[in-house]
Amino acid sequence: MPANRFNNFTDYGIGIGLRATHYDHILTRKPVVDWFEIISENFMVDGGRPLEILDRILEQYRVVQHGVSMYFGSADKIDREHLRRLKTLVKRTKTPWVSDHLCWGSVDGRYTHDLLPMPYTFEAAKVTAQKVREVRDFLEVPVVVENVSSYAEFHVSEMTEWEFLNEVVERADCGILLDVNNIYVSSQNHSFDPQRYVDSIPAERVAQMHIAGHSKYRKYILDTHDHPVIDPVWKLYDRAIQRIGHTATLLEWDDSIPSFNEVHDEALKANKFLASSALATAV
Amino acid sequence: MKLLALQRRMAQAVMTPLTPSERMRNVSPRGRSMRAEAASFIKPNDRLTSFERLEIYNRQYWFRIFSALAEDFPGLRAVLGDRSFDALSKAYLCDCPSTSFTLRNLGGKLEGWLRKHPRYGGTRQKLAIDMVRLEWADIEAFDGASVPALKTEDLAGANPATLRLRLQPYVQLLDLRYPVDDLLLAVKGKNKDDEDFASNAFNEKHRRKRVAAVARLKPADIFLVVHRVDTWVYFRRVEREEFTILSALRAGKTLGRSIDAAFRGSSIPVEERAQNVAQWFHNWAALGWFCLSEK
Ligand SMILES: [Fe+2]
Repeated sequence: MPANRFNNFTDYGIGIGLRATHYDHILTRKPVVDWFEIISENFMVDGGRPLEILDRILEQYRVVQHGVSMYFGSADKIDREHLRRLKTLVKRTKTPWVSDHLCWGSVDGRYTHDLLPMPYTFEAAKVTAQKVREVRDFLEVPVVVENVSSYAEFHVSEMTEWEFLNEVVERADCGILLDVNNIYVSSQNHSFDPQRYVDSIPAERVAQMHIAGHSKYRKYILDTHDHPVIDPVWKLYDRAIQRIGHTATLLEWDDSIPSFNEVHDEALKANKFLASSALATAV
Repeated sequence: MKLLALQRRMAQAVMTPLTPSERMRNVSPRGRSMRAEAASFIKPNDRLTSFERLEIYNRQYWFRIFSALAEDFPGLRAVLGDRSFDALSKAYLCDCPSTSFTLRNLGGKLEGWLRKHPRYGGTRQKLAIDMVRLEWADIEAFDGASVPALKTEDLAGANPATLRLRLQPYVQLLDLRYPVDDLLLAVKGKNKDDEDFASNAFNEKHRRKRVAAVARLKPADIFLVVHRVDTWVYFRRVEREEFTILSALRAGKTLGRSIDAAFRGSSIPVEERAQNVAQWFHNWAALGWFCLSEK
């Protein structure tokens, strides 16, 4: 399944996040990497080093854009300046799809710069889906939404997180960036069965997957992206791949970033699961 | 509760300053018990109360924006010292929370805010203002726009009385009173002689001494251009007359008027001026600072 209308009928393999600490290694050693995910906001600038580096990367690699501040779930109107800058970048990178999170983070024009959890209500689903459509219509590329990890739930919620995700993507007719680490983190923080979440995802809408590490505290788990992927998350990834099929997969490592090779090797562990799913399909 | 109302309440709680021990406050900005406020919209679970769950976001918010500001203004931190810098950060971020999708712009209002709240600069207010201006210029020069530079043939036959040259948008002009350029390079460990300054091994006492020495200097005019070469930001000190020409060009004045303005009251002997101007323009053009004005 992998190639579908939500990832622009591409069949990308395993990628890693493009991070400044690895620029030198990538540009001088030119390692073989299937694709890089960039944080859009880091390159939504007018000029200078960020764009120069990006252009050099684009000469040799495929890049997919991942955003952190579109806040589809904010009740605020979309910032047109943000959209314009994002579209300029989309034209530069020729990203096959654009992803951002199913969350909110700003209100009345003030930004928290965090991925805050949604209340799982029908009103919120409607508002969010409308914004996803607006962004997609403006950017003219598929837009996919990513499930976030969360540490709080609201009294007003009318459904589970996975029901909410389904409600939004159906209404918006958009794709999903399924983050299995986030599912695992939230399942621990909110005591639900992560497998049930994975099983309820409309497989045909998954455009991409995220895997990552996290930090465990006594009473909760924080999504810190500063560790290797743990076994239960690989298990969940395996389960998702069995259901969805070979899907573009990206390892997120954003803090205490080790060497390029270490990050890439960790990401490539996903091959084991992708291969077994390919085998299952062949049989 | 409607989506907007819920988001307003949560954002207000999340953006409420932490206690001195970096915990969530017990009283909300509206004077309500924060416990009651949290419980009114957040579910508790078997391990955490509503208050504790909300507190995770409250702390994350402040840690994130504090570290973003500290990362952008290491020079100001060195000038004020850690405690005063933390107090300034808290007050500034309360008054001027982020209104941009990117944290890059977080410090964009700091100069104006600090001018209105001089007590946060204390006895080093003027030095602090110079440093803030330099560090913001550094950010603007780093990723500011560049347009195709002017070529010499573009100027062939141009009339100085009507010619308007435009400076590259990334070029930043600063008139300072303190040598904050040297100080910032030292703080960042970019001076050859100061490589130890930024290292942890470097004695904190020496660091403070160095800053104190700069603070004691008698204010004097320093004219600085913050610019880029091969995508790296550089500081270049220039003469007063150079600075006046560049500033006038940026303000949209013609070449002729800009040069006239520069030599009004100048101590440079009249017979040397033409040669000076030629040399300056040669340097600036070599650095790619000019583009043709659309006007
Ligand atoms: Fe993710």
